[in-house]
Amino acid sequence: MNKDSNKYIYIYSIALVVIVAAALSVAATLLKPFQQKNVEVEKKQSILLSVHKAADVKKAKNKKQYIENEYAKYITDSYVVSSLGAKQEGDAFEVSLEEEASKPAANRKLPVFICSDDDGKPKYVIPVRGAGLWGPIWGYVALHDDFSTIYGVVFDHQGETPGLGAELSTPEFQQQFAGKQIFDAASMFTSVKVVKGGNTKGRQHEVDAISGGTITSQGVEKMLLDNLNAYLLFFKEQQRIQSAQQRLKEKEEDERALREQQAEAAKRERRPAPVAAVPPPVDEGEAAPEPSDGHSQLVASPATDSAAAPKEEEEAANAALQKDAADVAPAEESENTPVQQTENL
Amino acid sequence: MEKESLFSAKNLKLLTDPLGRSNPVTVLVLGVCSALAVTVKLEPAVVMAISVTVVVAVSNAIMSALRSTIPNRIRIIVQLVVVSLLVILVDQVLRAFAYDVSKQLSVFVGLIITNCIVMGRIEAFALGNKPWPSFIDGIGNGLGYGLVLVAVAFVRELLGSGTLWGYRVIPSSFYIANGGVYENNGLIILPPMALILLGIIIWIQRSRSKNTVKS
Repeated sequence: MNKDSNKYIYIYSIALVVIVAAALSVAATLLKPFQQKNVEVEKKQSILLSVHKAADVKKAKNKKQYIENEYAKYITDSYVVSSLGAKQEGDAFEVSLEEEASKPAANRKLPVFICSDDDGKPKYVIPVRGAGLWGPIWGYVALHDDFSTIYGVVFDHQGETPGLGAELSTPEFQQQFAGKQIFDAASMFTSVKVVKGGNTKGRQHEVDAISGGTITSQGVEKMLLDNLNAYLLFFKEQQRIQSAQQRLKEKEEDERALREQQAEAAKRERRPAPVAAVPPPVDEGEAAPEPSDGHSQLVASPATDSAAAPKEEEEAANAALQKDAADVAPAEESENTPVQQTENL
Repeated sequence: MEKESLFSAKNLKLLTDPLGRSNPVTVLVLGVCSALAVTVKLEPAVVMAISVTVVVAVSNAIMSALRSTIPNRIRIIVQLVVVSLLVILVDQVLRAFAYDVSKQLSVFVGLIITNCIVMGRIEAFALGNKPWPSFIDGIGNGLGYGLVLVAVAFVRELLGSGTLWGYRVIPSSFYIANGGVYENNGLIILPPMALILLGIIIWIQRSRSKNTVKS
């Protein structure tokens, strides 16, 4: 048969393409279960790494088994929260951030993984996802139970330049994040910024950028800002619950003495909280410090404002919610305009 | 006809020539783009070198076996299909059974398919020779490419990051940030410096062996 005839060329190319396509589909189908398992183990490993677990993974003989065991041991709970901070239906592990990113912010499912650490204090792992220079970047941010201090982070990427942007997945870059705060002294959400020239002054909200990886560094900054911002109401709610719990505890101990002390203090210096139907005698200070004297209030011990009965807890919640509005609007306005609360919700 | 041994002098020459005298990068100046992209660190350079070697060798052998059936007019397309099939298969298998390696490799898969050395060797050698010599030729060219890659990556990682294979070579106490006098060269991790280094390597080789210079 003439090799250069049209008929031969057509038959040859069709046969070639069919054979190649068949080989590829068979390979893809057969290998898919293994690949999916790998992706799942990888995800579990990343979550564990963000809370400084599974450190011996390179020594482990059976890596998959090791990761599964560690995951079952440390990651004891996980749930999905809504953008309002309330728990909702869903399996946190199955949530795909890629899909969620295409939904409107209010409908997103926000997964939270809880690590029961050896020191008895839970760590909260938040998955993040954003864009680097060449493709997606993603990671996990582990927070202490104050929901502000970063315990550890893990970042990974699809195709950033090796030696430049790809350095974001190195321990050197990630170690910088541990101990940083995502809320400032006045409880304003700041996230963590990536700065050029090194964080020489040891600031609480900055890390050194990657040399030669400017766009990837900016991507990391934006990823943290966008993703953590979505959890803002959840963080605030958790912080409020914790301070409330602490207050209740204190209250049990010396309720009477404090009440007297506080009633006195309240008459002297406080003005009423804006949303309160009945002006509370005190406080709002802890959940939402006023900008003018935010520092002193923040360090004020919970004892000074726990005269409060459960009703006051609600007001503190309102104040906390309202405080979120303050992240968008100037702080002073938010103190006095209750409307913003509803707008923000 | 006497059967030629697998490692006859002629076949060995196919293996060693591309390491120096007919190096695909420095003499034929093929595959330069990927040489710029993956030589910031030693590790990806070595991974890339190994992957290219495997793909060149196997695709050379397959194309050589098929060479009598391929219609001349569509041979480039046939080459592309075969090479991409191989690369994707390798990537899929690695992703299933060596996930960590595949994560590093996946960046380079696209670069391997478009590497001029693969197409260059199929065109120049495999279509005119038997499968075994073609396979050897592929190995030789892959290694010759890898040699240059590793040389460039060695210099770039050492001067650009102060490390080799990820391990710190220049003590961190030498750095200005820690009170020393040394600082990494930021230019060297950017692509232009790879081009300059490559130029220097080509210059050295050509000044030493005159037979590579066209009169």
